[in-house]
Amino acid sequence: MINYQAIRVIYKYEMLRAWHTLLQTIASPVISTSLYFVVFGAAIGSRIQEIEGVSYGVFIVPGLVMLSLLTQSIANASFGIFFPKFTGTIYEVMSAPISFFEIVVGYVGAAASKSLILGTIILLTANLFVDLNIAHPFIMVLFLVLTCVSFALFGFIIGLWATNFEKLQLIPMLVITPLVFLGGSFYSIDMLPPAWQTISLFNPVLYLISGFRWSFFEVADVSVGISLGMISLFLLACLLLVWWMFKTGYRLKN
Amino acid sequence: MPAAVSIESLSKVYASGHEALKSVNLEIEEGEILALLGPNGAGKTTLISIICGLVGASSGSVKVAGHDIVTDYRITRDLIGLVPQELTLGAFDLVWNAVSFSRGLFGKKPNPAYLEQLLKDLSLWDKRDNELRELSGGMKRRVLIAKALSHEPRILFLDEPTAGVDVELRQDMWKLVRRLNDSGVTIILTTHYIEEAEEIADRVGVINQGELLLVDDKQRLMQKMGKKQLSVELKQPIDQVPSSLTQYNLELTSAGSCLTYTYDTHGERTGITALLQALNEAGLSLKDIKTSQSSLEEIFVNLVSAK
Repeated sequence: MINYQAIRVIYKYEMLRAWHTLLQTIASPVISTSLYFVVFGAAIGSRIQEIEGVSYGVFIVPGLVMLSLLTQSIANASFGIFFPKFTGTIYEVMSAPISFFEIVVGYVGAAASKSLILGTIILLTANLFVDLNIAHPFIMVLFLVLTCVSFALFGFIIGLWATNFEKLQLIPMLVITPLVFLGGSFYSIDMLPPAWQTISLFNPVLYLISGFRWSFFEVADVSVGISLGMISLFLLACLLLVWWMFKTGYRLKN
Repeated sequence: MPAAVSIESLSKVYASGHEALKSVNLEIEEGEILALLGPNGAGKTTLISIICGLVGASSGSVKVAGHDIVTDYRITRDLIGLVPQELTLGAFDLVWNAVSFSRGLFGKKPNPAYLEQLLKDLSLWDKRDNELRELSGGMKRRVLIAKALSHEPRILFLDEPTAGVDVELRQDMWKLVRRLNDSGVTIILTTHYIEEAEEIADRVGVINQGELLLVDDKQRLMQKMGKKQLSVELKQPIDQVPSSLTQYNLELTSAGSCLTYTYDTHGERTGITALLQALNEAGLSLKDIKTSQSSLEEIFVNLVSAK
């Protein structure tokens, strides 16, 4: 028996929260994407040669989308569960006949949905600046969905773990942002010295961006199969962690 | 029929090492109003939190209507409504949405007619389109009650429902509790006011430092707790209580300058008039008189030391 009503109300509540901050939800990604295009695409990009046959302005689109998706998925999901914990309203969810699985589906589902919408908006905005051709639309959507879900799940974990606002920002700021920037959002790792290429291979975000970019241009740093494998592995790790948190009542039941 | 709530050797030790509950046993009968009386930090909230699923128990078990709260949590939580002590509410949600959300969380299909009646009963209907932050403290507490009742629970937990509440709202709250109880809802409330327990409870449990010291019928407990003392300060100290006063069981203290008389305020006659007359006849002149009622703390001390 699954408490569908509970999933429905949590999902709806979280989506409604975004609706109230619609301007921020839509305007901020549109503006920041446009700024990236003006700076990297038009101003600097015109002086950068094509990368493997793709013009620089187009080349950075997948990386830009990933940059926003990762940070927004985490921010959304972590805040969604942290805030009720912070204000104490989480008591109601805890006392309801609802399993941890259903809580996760409600909160993470909503955060992932919001990121998906965001990703679509960014792609549409990008399309205004450059001519986008998507070589493998299905794989692109697959990457989008996998990324949104896994990083929303990761955000949920951070939201559970965080005991104050500083901790809530800590991992996104100190770990995710550097990993995204160094994961080839704005360049191909072929452009790096050999030593840095090797180091880059330890960056999980590289696989994500590489695979996502491949779905557009069939150009990749690592093979698309490895990319899919890596993101699946990350998703699995997050699921296991969430499952463990559920088993132990981590940070909720004590 | 199984008890509404059946608690067996329930203990809770927090990660900090604090022993919040020490092997508590308690049976709560269906349809009763039970007041858990105890000072702050006694373990009342922990007890409620475990039953409602907010806190995990360290050992022991709890059954609600015969179902275990861990393995059959969906059944037990469906039966329970909880009104927390703190005014924990979102700020920007509308009253109507907040209450509908609660109903959904508990897996119940929307039922606008029921929620409308509920809000009307709680004088919240006019406020249904207000944001929660616009409400006064008393109104917020009503919203918490509406949320707890939104899924039509059979057992209602009220954690300090009248702490920091004005007289009018307190009266309303008591009326509401009685009305719910009349419709068959079992009610458990915590309080540190004796008067509150006296006003509405059928039974009273006294809890202190994680131990359930006693659970008793209200009438009997109030007799135990209703003792008052009359202290008479004498102008001249005496060596012993005059024999004419032996029937009053007086206690002589302060080096013979103070007589203490213990009486029952619930008794038909307190015996004060007769005592004062007898003191006069015994030729004792009085300097001062004062009465004192044993405070809740004193009662606790007596209960603990009596164990």
